[in-house]
Amino acid sequence: MIALDDVYKSFGAKRVLRGVTLQVPDGENTVIIGRSGSGKSVTLKLIVGLLEPDAGQVTVDGAVVQHLDREALTELRGRIGFVFQFAALFDSMTVADNIRLGLARRAVPGDEIERRVGESLAVVGLEGSEAKYPAELSGGMRKRVGIARAVALRPRYILYDEPTTGLDPVTSADMNELMVKTRDLGVTGVVVTHDMRSAYAVGDRIAMLHDGAIRQVGTPAELQATDDPVVRQFIEGRPDERTAV
Amino acid sequence: MEAGRALGDVRTWGPLLFFQMRRLGVDSVPIAVFIAVFTGIVLALLSSYIFTGAVPLYFVGALVGKTVMMELGPVLTGMALAGRVGANIAAELGTMKVTEQVDALETLAYDKYSYLVVPRVLAATLMFPVVTAFAMAVGVTAGWITAINLLDLSTPEFLKGLRMFYQFKDIWFGLVKSASFGAAVALMGCLRGLGSEGGAQGVGAATTRAVVLGCEAILVLDAFWALVLL
Ligand SMILES: Nc1ncnc2c1ncn2[C@@H]1O[C@H](COP(=O)(O)OP(=O)(O)OP(=O)(O)O)[C@@H](O)[C@H]1O
Ligand SMILES: [Mg+2]
Repeated sequence: MIALDDVYKSFGAKRVLRGVTLQVPDGENTVIIGRSGSGKSVTLKLIVGLLEPDAGQVTVDGAVVQHLDREALTELRGRIGFVFQFAALFDSMTVADNIRLGLARRAVPGDEIERRVGESLAVVGLEGSEAKYPAELSGGMRKRVGIARAVALRPRYILYDEPTTGLDPVTSADMNELMVKTRDLGVTGVVVTHDMRSAYAVGDRIAMLHDGAIRQVGTPAELQATDDPVVRQFIEGRPDERTAV
Repeated sequence: MEAGRALGDVRTWGPLLFFQMRRLGVDSVPIAVFIAVFTGIVLALLSSYIFTGAVPLYFVGALVGKTVMMELGPVLTGMALAGRVGANIAAELGTMKVTEQVDALETLAYDKYSYLVVPRVLAATLMFPVVTAFAMAVGVTAGWITAINLLDLSTPEFLKGLRMFYQFKDIWFGLVKSASFGAAVALMGCLRGLGSEGGAQGVGAATTRAVVLGCEAILVLDAFWALVLL
């Protein structure tokens, strides 16, 4: 299980997270929603130890991430797949090599690697793109290679940072389906998004990050029924009220 | 500490080393040869000018040989490669850093020092001396050709001068120096690159910084080796 306990994180004078507490139950998709700049990507990076909290604790399977030594951290990362907001594909490598890299590290046998490369590209609708370089792909295609790269690892957890942003509605729906299927295979997901349609489609629970803390957590139905004005405004997509124009 | 641990991780950097050696080393030969040719020519002309009348002309061979092997070969090659190799490494790793490719590598359970830094630093440490050895040979040859064609000097006289003061130490002194230059240049490139912040501008700044630091490191190391080994 992944748990954040009263986590604080600042960048210089910018206080991004101010006491985030969140449990991610195993076998579920937990969606994190929140305004742009609210710290959603930062939260995901804390979970894999790419960033360290200033205070509080992030625990994965009972281990406090910031206290792990390098070896244990590497081992932990072996259990987590990460889909980057901007794909972060290795641009000197082909699509297939991008996917192979993580598999090779996990000592997956060669023929199994090739099978998984083909399979994971197929589930994101990119079969036949093995030999292409990231620069030859559209933004949405890159994003999907990023998803394939994480899914191919068959990790215990996958952290998706805005998996459907920039995708057309049909492809978005495909990716939502993929995230649900992946969960049904027993993978625990954390999905950062501001696409509410996607949040409802994949989320077993939805947590809203606001002002550096979790404003509300609940099932999609509970969120839709909320009377918290901040949450309502977000999920209904209403503009900020201006005091003066 | 960090470096020692990453160095032990042969499985990760081993397969990458050869590729980096070719990219950082072999591809740098043309620029090194270019510099060496002109250095050899100038040294021959300069020494004959300095020696006019006072010193026998065959000393041209000694001066060209000593200077190319011990100082100008390693240092000028090092400087040229500091630009080429240092900038190349810093720009590449800097771009990877700001586009989160370094983060991605880490989430795939790779260690950035084992995977990115060690193969580059090792490759540069091994290849700078190879390129420098080329430069030495080419520089001396250029000096010799200049001497027999433009100066009033024959091949036996040039060789006499070359041999007269030659010690085996001259060559390995030059090569040891250049290995240390390679390590320093690559290390600066890696550290600056991985330390890049922001975007294109940050990568540009890191690249400039890496080249400047690489050149400075070469000069400091050059003095250091002169103090320690001579
Ligand atoms: N490495 C960093 N250095 C400095 N500031 C950072 C860094 N990473 C994030 N921030 C700051 O932290 C805040 C939260 O960033 P984060 O990327 O988590 O936002 P987000 O919720 O993912 O937004 P979006 O939906 O636009 O992706 C932002 O104000 C950002 O400027
Ligand atoms: Mg984000």
